[in-house]
Amino acid sequence: MTDIGSLKVKTGLAEMLKGGVIMDVTTPEQAIIAEEAGACAVMALERVPSDIRAEGGVARMADPTIIKSIMDVVSIPVMAKARIGHFVEAQILEALGADYIDESEVLTPADDAYHINKHDFKVPFVCGCRNLGEALRRIGEGAAMIRTKGEPGTGNVVEAVRHMRTVMSDIRALTVMPKEELMSAAKNMGAPYELVAYVAEHGKLPVVNFAAGGIATPADAALMMQLGVDGIFVGSGIFKSGDPKARAKAIVLATTHYKDAKLLAEISADLGQPMSGIEISTLAESQRMQERGW
Amino acid sequence: MKKRVGVLALQGAFREHRQVLEQLGCDVVEIRKVSDLEGIHGLIIPGGESTTIGKLLNIDGMGEEIKELAAKDLPIFGTCAGMILLSKTIIDSDQYRLNLMDTIVERNAFGRQVASFETDLMVSAMGPNPLRAVFIRAPFIREVAPNVGILAEYDGKIVFARQGNLLASAFHPELTPDQRVHQYFLDMIDEYWAH
Repeated sequence: MTDIGSLKVKTGLAEMLKGGVIMDVTTPEQAIIAEEAGACAVMALERVPSDIRAEGGVARMADPTIIKSIMDVVSIPVMAKARIGHFVEAQILEALGADYIDESEVLTPADDAYHINKHDFKVPFVCGCRNLGEALRRIGEGAAMIRTKGEPGTGNVVEAVRHMRTVMSDIRALTVMPKEELMSAAKNMGAPYELVAYVAEHGKLPVVNFAAGGIATPADAALMMQLGVDGIFVGSGIFKSGDPKARAKAIVLATTHYKDAKLLAEISADLGQPMSGIEISTLAESQRMQERGW
Repeated sequence: MKKRVGVLALQGAFREHRQVLEQLGCDVVEIRKVSDLEGIHGLIIPGGESTTIGKLLNIDGMGEEIKELAAKDLPIFGTCAGMILLSKTIIDSDQYRLNLMDTIVERNAFGRQVASFETDLMVSAMGPNPLRAVFIRAPFIREVAPNVGILAEYDGKIVFARQGNLLASAFHPELTPDQRVHQYFLDMIDEYWAH
């Protein structure tokens, strides 16, 4: 029996992206630079997160023309973002042939209570999380891949680190918990019991987990890899830096050789200016994208 | 002999291959730099993005080193991206490749991710029960030279082939619990090292 768009092939594509870097791009030219640098996928966008942050207003799904023009020029997977809860944007992206949909807090949420029922789609979804409960809620809704939220568009890795450490420590807590406590743990973290039981038994998420939100240097990428993520999203960090080509290549290399400090030292040299960063404490609560998602 | 099998770990699904090989009793070495290749009895090139893996292979001479091992007939198994990298010809692409198998490969040949699928595949070399084969943005082999043996076809397209000690599948045997494909490759390694 042939099964198209099964959970296996949805989670399977994320497995194939592991150890790789997924780069935000806004034009076909940037997409080619990303592919040339060794990106394992690109995220097609109208504006990168730091511009969304700077310009304000409502951020929506990109114009299909942008997404199609990027799909035309690269052979690697092309992802695209839909607003939280905006299942019609997701339907449109699926119809366009996007390879993965990011139901993303970087865009302005379209629903302030519910996320998309991702089981309804053949195209796989990736969603952001700050802790294990949030990750398992998204997986329960059908996400086939998880990423940390971090704080997008800041060039500051501290929030991604916090979210990854929180997920890992939540997982560790479950693995030593007696079985009779798991139901209460599920209730407290607001996550489906079956997924909580899975994590308790296996000591890991049932899907691939990438780092996102604030990664700006090869060292940032290697840091997240050493903390245990499966791969890296870089948003504004590449094309808002002084030398995107060199930086893109360096982040790819650092993600593969994340444990080799000597090599990381070579890779990190002479990359020009990184994107200028934002200290998180200077952001008003209303400007923090990570609070979006329920 | 305890087999020491390398899994190219530059990018992609190398962890899953590692797990299957360990379940089958092998020592597994993750290959990230040239010196890791030393002393392996066979090599798996996993699924992932073939352009990404190709670029990383071409940086420090790892690709050339693997070609030298292949010239000595070391058993090498490529899945999906690995199959693309083993092929001499890749349609519409000048990307880096190892240039080892006399095959013509087409990338993303079944379509984009929304067309990815799993199916039951008959492989006579694996016995009478079908394999559950997972195809993800998969390639297929459009043409083979006479020296390449076809192990399986799906919908009239070649998805599993062998040329001497080189083995290539368009699908992902590391994503399903069925270990017959890996066992087949380990038998190739045994045969090679028996001589």
